[in-house]
Amino acid sequence: MTTLLNKLIDDNESEQFGILDEYSKREIRRAVLTAVAVPGYQVPFGSREMPVARGWGSGGLQITLAVIGPNDIIKVIDQGDDQGVNAVNLRRLIVQSTKVSETTTAAKSSIVQSRHRIPEDGLDQRHILVLQVPVPEPLRGVERDMRELARMHAEADYSKMWVSLYEDKVRNGVITQTTGYPCLVNDRYVIATTPIPRWDIPKLDHSPFLTLFGAGREKRIYAVPPFTKVEPLTFEDVPFEVEKTEGATCSQCGSNSSFLVEIPGTQTRWVCSDTDWCERNLEGN
Amino acid sequence: MTSVVSPEWVLKVNQLGKIFGNLSENGLALTGPEIGSSKDPATGAIVAAWDVSFEVAAGEALGVVGESGSGKSTVMRCIAGDQSSSAGSVQIRTSPDEQIDVLSLTPSERRQLRIDKIAVVYQDPAEGLDLNVTAGGNIASPLTAAGWRNFSSIRSRASELLLRTEVPLNRMDDVVKSFSGGMKQRVQLAKALANRPPIVLLDEPTTGLDASVAAGVLDLIRGLLEEFGLAAVVVSHDFSVIEMLTNRCIVLNHGRVVESALTDQLLEDPHHPYSQKLVSAARA
Repeated sequence: MTTLLNKLIDDNESEQFGILDEYSKREIRRAVLTAVAVPGYQVPFGSREMPVARGWGSGGLQITLAVIGPNDIIKVIDQGDDQGVNAVNLRRLIVQSTKVSETTTAAKSSIVQSRHRIPEDGLDQRHILVLQVPVPEPLRGVERDMRELARMHAEADYSKMWVSLYEDKVRNGVITQTTGYPCLVNDRYVIATTPIPRWDIPKLDHSPFLTLFGAGREKRIYAVPPFTKVEPLTFEDVPFEVEKTEGATCSQCGSNSSFLVEIPGTQTRWVCSDTDWCERNLEGN
Repeated sequence: MTSVVSPEWVLKVNQLGKIFGNLSENGLALTGPEIGSSKDPATGAIVAAWDVSFEVAAGEALGVVGESGSGKSTVMRCIAGDQSSSAGSVQIRTSPDEQIDVLSLTPSERRQLRIDKIAVVYQDPAEGLDLNVTAGGNIASPLTAAGWRNFSSIRSRASELLLRTEVPLNRMDDVVKSFSGGMKQRVQLAKALANRPPIVLLDEPTTGLDASVAAGVLDLIRGLLEEFGLAAVVVSHDFSVIEMLTNRCIVLNHGRVVESALTDQLLEDPHHPYSQKLVSAARA
């Protein structure tokens, strides 16, 4: 299969740089520029058919292929893992169709495409972070009518979101929403920070890097430009908290300061979600 | 038709009209109580309300009476902003130097008014409440819309309001759809009063409740109107509601005001034949 793909790409001299034709790239770039100009606003775009199924990162892939150039260095992660099936396949597709170099180290990359995580370290103003978004609409859970949703965003009427946070706190004693925690961007639009966990939200606030959110199935692009305020919605007297398991450390590198995921088994083990960070931490020790 | 005048009005409705469809040239002359129809025979347009004027002062309640289809709910919806109007003006004066021309506002600005200036209590609780949200959450909605961001303050304000509207506090965290009809109306009242609006519109607030429950809710409403000094418009076809809550009232027939009077007077000595018919039917 891989050989066939290689053969097809090698055989076809007129093959586009990065699969998409130039008109498609232009359209996606326009949507990206609008998204950067209006932080947090969901820009509709003509999501293309990609050689991956919708829901498997097609939105992120389209953004990456529209903004990538021959000198870029790409890192792709699934959860925090460079070797996840989704990550490996998307990375191969990007590298083979553009001939750019790849890396697993965030600091050495220029574009990071990610499902679920922001790398623990290494991102600065040179980087673009591209997130593969499943559900871009933060208000989907509280309102189903599309016209009403558009009105709520237009008027910054987010009281239904506040009511849902109130209800969550009343029913569960804490605000339970984990991934996709709603955040107010630049004091204007509420965004869904899906797919990243709460842990990564503080990293978005005034981050030096540009974050682009792409939802291929839902045909929306939105952005958090560098050095933009990102504020998780929470009540004044209910502090925003990130995920934390008391006493858990990474069973490989021993870290207790990174985002840990549980490995199911007879004995509970925890490992760093960001595998590259974990390896470097292990070598450093 | 002369309007009912009150010197210190908070809400002033002037020649309000609402027409559905395209009216013909003589459409207004071809509709109304004298004709006995609100439908323009030439074009089929409906004159749901026309030339409706009244004023309401703080601490005063005005009744809008009429049979179904007389246009009373249309008038209320035009004031509340649920519906656009075809003619006339609606003004509210919340302080000596703040006067708002409601109908000239954008839809977004009108929604802002609904947060802390004009509250509405509907006949159907599903219109005024989110039935899948708790009683407290329903009250949190206007509070958060007005900028409340402190969880404990929202909780204490919500319990204060529920206590005042006689909803047991142990039901505060139950979803409203599990409540009885009377209790839903009490929650609607609590929600309506959340941001202390100066004006409240009540659309058939007790219709559909059984008599004893309705009496309790009416009692509560009367107490609240007095306590908060509200300017209220009470829309009802039920004279016992009008008698209990309002000082003055207007009678609507085929979209026009046929009589405006003090409530006691109207009940004792109705002038217009339509009012006489309504009163005698109610007294029968």
